[in-house]
Amino acid sequence: MAVTLFDSHRRFLQTIMCNGIMEGSKAKAVHRHCCEVYHTPYTDDSLDEFIDLINSYLQPLFMQIRKGMSEDDGLQYYTLVNMAETDITRMSSDYADNELELFRKTMDLIVDSENGTASSTDVLNCADSLQTKKMKKKETEQVLSRLVQDKWLNEKHGEYTLSTRCIMEMEQYIRNIYQDLVKSCAICHNIAFQSQMCCNPSCGIKIHIPCAARYYKGRVDPRCPACSKFWPHEIPAIRTSSQVSTLSPPVASAISTSQSRRMR
Amino acid sequence: TCQRKYNFLMEEDEDVSFTQPSSSQLQRGLDRLTPAQVDRKVAEVVQFILIKDQKKVPIKRADIVKNVIKEYKNIYPEIIKRANMKFEKVFGFQLVEVDPKNHAYILVNKLEQNPRQPAVMSPGHPKTGLLFVILSVIFMKGGVVKEPVVWNTLKKLRVDQGEKHEEFGDVKKLVTEEFVRQRYLEYTRIPHTEPLEHEFRWGVRAEKEVDKMKMLEFVSQVHDQEPQTWTKQYKEAMAAKGGSSRS
Repeated sequence: MAVTLFDSHRRFLQTIMCNGIMEGSKAKAVHRHCCEVYHTPYTDDSLDEFIDLINSYLQPLFMQIRKGMSEDDGLQYYTLVNMAETDITRMSSDYADNELELFRKTMDLIVDSENGTASSTDVLNCADSLQTKKMKKKETEQVLSRLVQDKWLNEKHGEYTLSTRCIMEMEQYIRNIYQDLVKSCAICHNIAFQSQMCCNPSCGIKIHIPCAARYYKGRVDPRCPACSKFWPHEIPAIRTSSQVSTLSPPVASAISTSQSRRMR
Repeated sequence: TCQRKYNFLMEEDEDVSFTQPSSSQLQRGLDRLTPAQVDRKVAEVVQFILIKDQKKVPIKRADIVKNVIKEYKNIYPEIIKRANMKFEKVFGFQLVEVDPKNHAYILVNKLEQNPRQPAVMSPGHPKTGLLFVILSVIFMKGGVVKEPVVWNTLKKLRVDQGEKHEEFGDVKKLVTEEFVRQRYLEYTRIPHTEPLEHEFRWGVRAEKEVDKMKMLEFVSQVHDQEPQTWTKQYKEAMAAKGGSSRS
């Protein structure tokens, strides 16, 4: 660690911590802003270097700033990840034991599902059979709401998915606990939940929805990259960061519900 | 309340049993451990404090010892010292003891601030603007103001303690409870007042985080004056600058 950190690095780190998770273009803007405020030399494409330096100081503290793709919009996000524990420590200080159990059960449902979702009905059923302490419907709904607010889960039309932050923070934990039950995306090789699956029963590879959008863009005859069987799923549209903010909710939900309808 | 009393006693007991190791005990403790073991403990303490600090409530030494330090109790001062170094060097924070009797800490932001934006709060959150206004009123009025002064100031900005505000919600709760809990403000009773009156002062977090000179410069701009116009505040801002200068 020969090179020292400047206040610009510290301020960037504080900002990521404050926001929990930050989208790529916002991270670039924050990077530029921090360098300007604290008079540090700055070039347009030096964000990775900037973060690498911060990470060299975070490593002895078992933390890292990681970059990952969102399963929802395909964009890159940055978040601070805990490397030491494989357990859900950050959550443990905010949630009671039975609430954590509910979260784990929700995760079970998501891992088990074909398209990386858990319906609120199924989660409510779990609440009834918790081993730590049973939870009534109202309480369950409140816990789920908090989990969404704290950015561990996303919710859309009564379906719950793991948030980008959750996946990035807990990938190691998830792989340890679920092992072969979780699959990686055949395109980007990261863990995959909201995904399309090859219909060939002896193949069964998964591709993230945004990865499928990019891979199959413009292809007239989409095929599975592993077994070459016809890829029957609807090819999603690619979203850019400018589009995401203007994409109206009904269109977005139409894409996701059409996916789930086809799966059945 | 019975349960709370019991818990409080328990925690006090735990802390009473904690005696500061002598420097030779400390050295012997360090010698018995590998550098990797000590580094690992420091990392755990840093993470623990970062997570606890999110609640913005002071972190008790007893909690740190019970949950993280554990059997490394005899080298506690060294671990805290190194944790603080990490906070300063990597994050731009400082671990400050706010309760010397009960030994509780807060993490204070040491980065040079844009006076309009104490960075600990969500960047650009309207709450920071509100807090800043309150802090500047207190500062300009000599460091302590009676409660009505604050509400009158806010009323001018159309923020009413009686009404639920669109952005801030229950303003009275925000100012007298949340800001106080976070140690940005102190809200104390004025003795022998009937009906009961209160006064506001800067809290220890504000003292540590807010640059008084920058605040004075901002106020001066608003009034189109030079900062030196307010001699007392100027002197105080200069003194604060000297005490907390960073290399």
